[in-house]
Amino acid sequence: MSDDETYDAGYDDWLDAVEDGEAYYLEGPEGDGWLPPRRVDPATGSRDLTEKQLPETGEVETFTVVHVPTPAFEQDAPFATAIARFGPARITGIVEADPSDVEVGMAVTVGVMETETTGDRAVVFRPQ
Amino acid sequence: MTDVRIAGVGLTKFGASPERTGRDLFAEAGLDALDDAGVDQDAVEALFYGNFMGELAEHQGHQGPLMAEAVGVDAPATRYEAACASSGVAVAEAVKDIRNGERDVVLVGGAERMTNLGTAGATEALAIAADDLWEVKAGMTFPGAYALMAKAYFSEYGGDQEDLAAIAVKNHENAVPNEKAQYQREISIADVVEAPMVAEPLGLYDSCPISDGASALVLTSEAFAEEHDLDASVSITGTGQGGDLMALHDRDYLARSPAADEAAAEAYADAGVSAADVDVAEVHDCFTIAEVLAMESLGLFEVGEGISAAREGKTTREGELPVNLSGGLKAKGHPVGATGASQLAEMTSLLRGDHPNSEYVEGATTGITHNAGGTVASAVVHVLEVEQ
Repeated sequence: MSDDETYDAGYDDWLDAVEDGEAYYLEGPEGDGWLPPRRVDPATGSRDLTEKQLPETGEVETFTVVHVPTPAFEQDAPFATAIARFGPARITGIVEADPSDVEVGMAVTVGVMETETTGDRAVVFRPQ
Repeated sequence: MTDVRIAGVGLTKFGASPERTGRDLFAEAGLDALDDAGVDQDAVEALFYGNFMGELAEHQGHQGPLMAEAVGVDAPATRYEAACASSGVAVAEAVKDIRNGERDVVLVGGAERMTNLGTAGATEALAIAADDLWEVKAGMTFPGAYALMAKAYFSEYGGDQEDLAAIAVKNHENAVPNEKAQYQREISIADVVEAPMVAEPLGLYDSCPISDGASALVLTSEAFAEEHDLDASVSITGTGQGGDLMALHDRDYLARSPAADEAAAEAYADAGVSAADVDVAEVHDCFTIAEVLAMESLGLFEVGEGISAAREGKTTREGELPVNLSGGLKAKGHPVGATGASQLAEMTSLLRGDHPNSEYVEGATTGITHNAGGTVASAVVHVLEVEQ
């Protein structure tokens, strides 16, 4: 099911920024990093969030290879989904690599891909 | 403050019955619970009902009144939704209601119809318990989320697929005599590790099935139970609920479940017991790794040590602390909205001595139930104690 028609402010703005090479995160008062849209820092409850440039390179902290996907990723499977850390922010994304080559500790950059199944945009990690 | 008595329990058989409506499933469980309690439906003052995916599976919202009608209860009825912890939360709210003196008799439970959606449809429906923007749109599924946790656990504390397989083997063995269970058959370690992968390192037999089913409990105040001479020897003596950030990647830990730590601490304090007092546990093993995280959060094993408990025989039915004697979500099945209350129904039977596996916990006084929602962004823990 494609939901291309729905524009999710914050999320889609962030994907636009990534495509423009201007990836960012929201930093709370104690240096924690988060993805938008947010009005409150979950760590402190503060409303003082500042946009900061996302580090260019992140590191895979954990990953899985999805063999049974949701219908929206039917033609994409199998694929590796990972959680990668970029400075203080963690992000979940699809790894653009043969799933058997993905490892914990792998260095990646963040980008935006179009899925094979629906053509929707998705967060992608590209190995360095 | 009154303890809350479990006067009666009811469960449908969990399994694949795609043609049965949610209202029919819940009616069966609810009526069985009323019969077990010996309480007339006219005495029920409220229904607390858990359901997760009714809009997707049955195009049916506003299920509270529908389910009250199905069991012949003319009383206020409210649906609670907390993903797979929906009816655990409903129980927690019902307990508060009775303790507060608002009501003396409530019906609580849940139902879920899932198999009519098929595997792809149910996978999609379950995924809405995750962060849609930042997880689901990145291809994450529920097995995938728990696989991320399993991989993180292996990296941090060690363990492997055979450790997880021992959990599946144990829970299948426990389900064999349980007529309510979806899978009453044993499996081997080889069956588990050689099964098709769902989301590595979790295979088909590391994952709970897609299930239809319903559960119900009749809860009463102590005063009502005594006044009506009910046979209600099991009480809910402790309740706790915890929460966490929605997306796994935003959490402090990828291989722990702090929401369940909080829920357990609150429930133990509420009951005036500790983990050392627990004789038997029913925990939310939607995937094998989830049983590990649950036991560690409940303080039944140290962090990093839960992984080997089943393999070493500590949590088998003959072990020092039997876990998931019902078969767990893994083998009993996981109709998500029904699961939380079903754990209390199974525990009640285990402690009363009328469960097919009660013989393994003879003399047990204290049981604990652990119900988790999402990747444990919601967790509910209950302590149950039986009068000897």
